[in-house]
Amino acid sequence: MTDAATETRDLFSKFDPLINEREALLATGVRDPYAIVMDQVLSPTRAIIKGKETILLGTYNYMGMTFDPDVVAAGKQALDEFGAGTTGSRVLNGTYQGHKEVEDALKEFYGTSGAMVFSTGYQANLGIISTLAGKGDYVVLDADSHASIYDGCGLGNAEIVRFRHNSVEDLDKRLGRLPAEALKLVVLEGVYSMLGDVAPLPEMVAAIRKHPNCMILCDEAHGMGFFGPNGRGAYEEQGVEGEIDFVVGTFSKSVGTVGGFCVSNHPKFEILRLVCRPYVFTASLPPSVVATAATSIRKLMHAGEKRAHLWKNSQRLHKGLSDLGFKLGSETPQSAIIAVILTDQMQAVAMWQTLLELGLYVNMARPPATPAGTFLLRCSLCADHSDEQVTQIIGMFEAAGKATGAIG
Amino acid sequence: MTDRTEIFDSVAAQIAPFNKKGVELSEATTFAGDLEWDSLTVMDFVAAIEDEFDIIITMNMQAEIETIGQLVDAVAKLKAA
Repeated sequence: MTDAATETRDLFSKFDPLINEREALLATGVRDPYAIVMDQVLSPTRAIIKGKETILLGTYNYMGMTFDPDVVAAGKQALDEFGAGTTGSRVLNGTYQGHKEVEDALKEFYGTSGAMVFSTGYQANLGIISTLAGKGDYVVLDADSHASIYDGCGLGNAEIVRFRHNSVEDLDKRLGRLPAEALKLVVLEGVYSMLGDVAPLPEMVAAIRKHPNCMILCDEAHGMGFFGPNGRGAYEEQGVEGEIDFVVGTFSKSVGTVGGFCVSNHPKFEILRLVCRPYVFTASLPPSVVATAATSIRKLMHAGEKRAHLWKNSQRLHKGLSDLGFKLGSETPQSAIIAVILTDQMQAVAMWQTLLELGLYVNMARPPATPAGTFLLRCSLCADHSDEQVTQIIGMFEAAGKATGAIG
Repeated sequence: MTDRTEIFDSVAAQIAPFNKKGVELSEATTFAGDLEWDSLTVMDFVAAIEDEFDIIITMNMQAEIETIGQLVDAVAKLKAA
């Protein structure tokens, strides 16, 4: 233990500003927004937190698949038949029948010739980006890209160029300044997770195709399940399927479990299994997880009614919060994410805590995860939220907003 | 006036709108320390410099640039390329 007088500098010293900021915030008596424990989970939309039944509005369980009886049964059967884990890499002893089955399900879902399953969505971006773009190549990414995309750039040896968020003009201009002969990977996201806004993919694709030697990767982590006639993502809904070279996604959102993937029609796609370090040097997903994922993916192919209800929920919540006077991350409802923008950390934490006491859990997001230094309460809807729950949620926001002075 | 002086003056002109504290600018002025810019300001400023000189300063290069003098050198090199 050290006290102030004897404290010396060590490797933790760089975290002191954050430690001090957190201590000051918690000293005001608020609950820690980053230390919530779900004691019981009753359904995709309800949990018990500190003895209180709480509506969940801060999960990525968009399609409500976590408690689907077929999904749960598939997991139990795989646990019985294949055991708790694989204890090995996908390229050695860690590929079971279930891993092939989930890759087959993905190929069918996405209509691609190739599919590669990683242990998390984070690792999928880390692996694909760092492996595809090598020394002398360029990765061109949106400034608001997810941390896994930035970290994929950091792990690799390519030159990194970023453009202003969702700016077609800025993207076009930057590509125009790169050497024509250089190979480029342009990384886009269908839905940006912090504000819930959607990329103008047809315009971006058209701008990219003006420049030579570009491949396009689209991250559909927050688009899968919800967007497009087949639930493939925002790129399907916007009709640019033929233009996207790689789709990266995750099982931890609409699919309802954990894991990541990349699908592609590239004829040499399979070689990535041998050269992609975040794929090779980690244990594969447990058999129960791939079994739940495969079952869920196949059910998501025919989830048109769920998609319609989720869309209705998004539109109702967006309108309800707008009408109350909250500032939202997008002017129109664009996805299953509705971000409420607050003025500062104190107001955000006060709102967050008041909502929790009323029985509503939302995500609190702060810089550096958020764009432009904003403090957000991020609401993510589920297809299983009932009309009645959405009405309750809007009522809780009204009460919390008035109690904390966030709205008049 | 040399090319370098011209570049320095252009860079200084681009810094002005972001120089909220009115810090006096020299070759040795640092972006993080003296100007106290956060990562968002850096990004906007880099975009402005890129547009001014019609160049790309990759994030890899940005990581090596701490002072105005280093930025002027980098711009001169990129313009010559």
